[in-house]
Amino acid sequence: MHELGIAQNIIEIVQDQTKNYSNRKIKNVFVKVGKLTNVLNDSLVFGYDALIMGTNLEGSKLSIETVPAKIRCESCGSESVIDGLTFCCDQCKSTSVKLVNGMELTVFEIEIEDLSEVT
Amino acid sequence: MSVITVERKVLAKNDVIANENRSAFKRNKNFVINLLSSPGSGKTSLVEKTIEVCKNKLKIAVIEGDVQTDLDAQRIDKLGVPVAQIVTNGGCHLEANLVKDALNSLNTNDVDFLVIENVGNLVCPAGYDLGEDFKVVVLSVTEGDDKPLKYPAMFRNASVLVINKIDLLPYLKCSIDELKKNALSINPSLKIFETSCTTGKGVDSWCSWIQSNLQSK
Repeated sequence: MHELGIAQNIIEIVQDQTKNYSNRKIKNVFVKVGKLTNVLNDSLVFGYDALIMGTNLEGSKLSIETVPAKIRCESCGSESVIDGLTFCCDQCKSTSVKLVNGMELTVFEIEIEDLSEVT
Repeated sequence: MSVITVERKVLAKNDVIANENRSAFKRNKNFVINLLSSPGSGKTSLVEKTIEVCKNKLKIAVIEGDVQTDLDAQRIDKLGVPVAQIVTNGGCHLEANLVKDALNSLNTNDVDFLVIENVGNLVCPAGYDLGEDFKVVVLSVTEGDDKPLKYPAMFRNASVLVINKIDLLPYLKCSIDELKKNALSINPSLKIFETSCTTGKGVDSWCSWIQSNLQSK
């Protein structure tokens, strides 16, 4: 259920970033969600859709890009995508690895209507 | 269609407050742990046992986080230790602003060791920084040796694992070696303690670890 709080944070970021475009409709909000963040995409969209009702974001769509968990081996330097279970290098099997992707939780783009579309 | 590029961390607001908490802890020289686990693994029992062993050596304060009731705060209060209860009313984890509010009702100026006992949940609390020095995850042997694999984010984000209720091992199928192997496959740098809050076994070495961290503060 923590997706609801995360959706609220996303909405606040979008409202803050679009305050200079108050006459334009917000169409799409793009977020990146890392595989290891324990965020359920369906729940996040559900929370977002519920919370935007009656706000200036109503009618906008939340688009989620899932970022796979990726590690970099500190012994041989190679990078591998992991399934979230074993933090172990694909190449040399070392467990001395650094997580490089998978913990993202970012709003990265907002699509708003063009000035010409404003009615 | 126009595109605005943003690149803003969704939990940035939490991180800002967590850093404020961290600065306050540093100012007061508080060593702070964020104690995490599923419900019923013995977090509060471990806090009680820690207080019992360390009370005369260091000043302890506790923040209790629960979905409902102040039962845990009552248990800590009985031991004569300052405690603040956060009731989340359904919220599944603590956030930095809740801890900041709790700090207003708890004088931590002269506190050596502050325990923030999170809501019992192996999922959501892993993602929220509260400003602590370390995340400590408690796993009781009754929960089974496969739990680190099932909740990898929690065990990856924690620095310390306390395996609790080890007095019950003779009655269970849980293998402590398998449990440790699973935990270390997720996080090879995990520091591991084995404790029983019923017999007191292992609590001394856990308390020594706390004291060694206080000295480096």
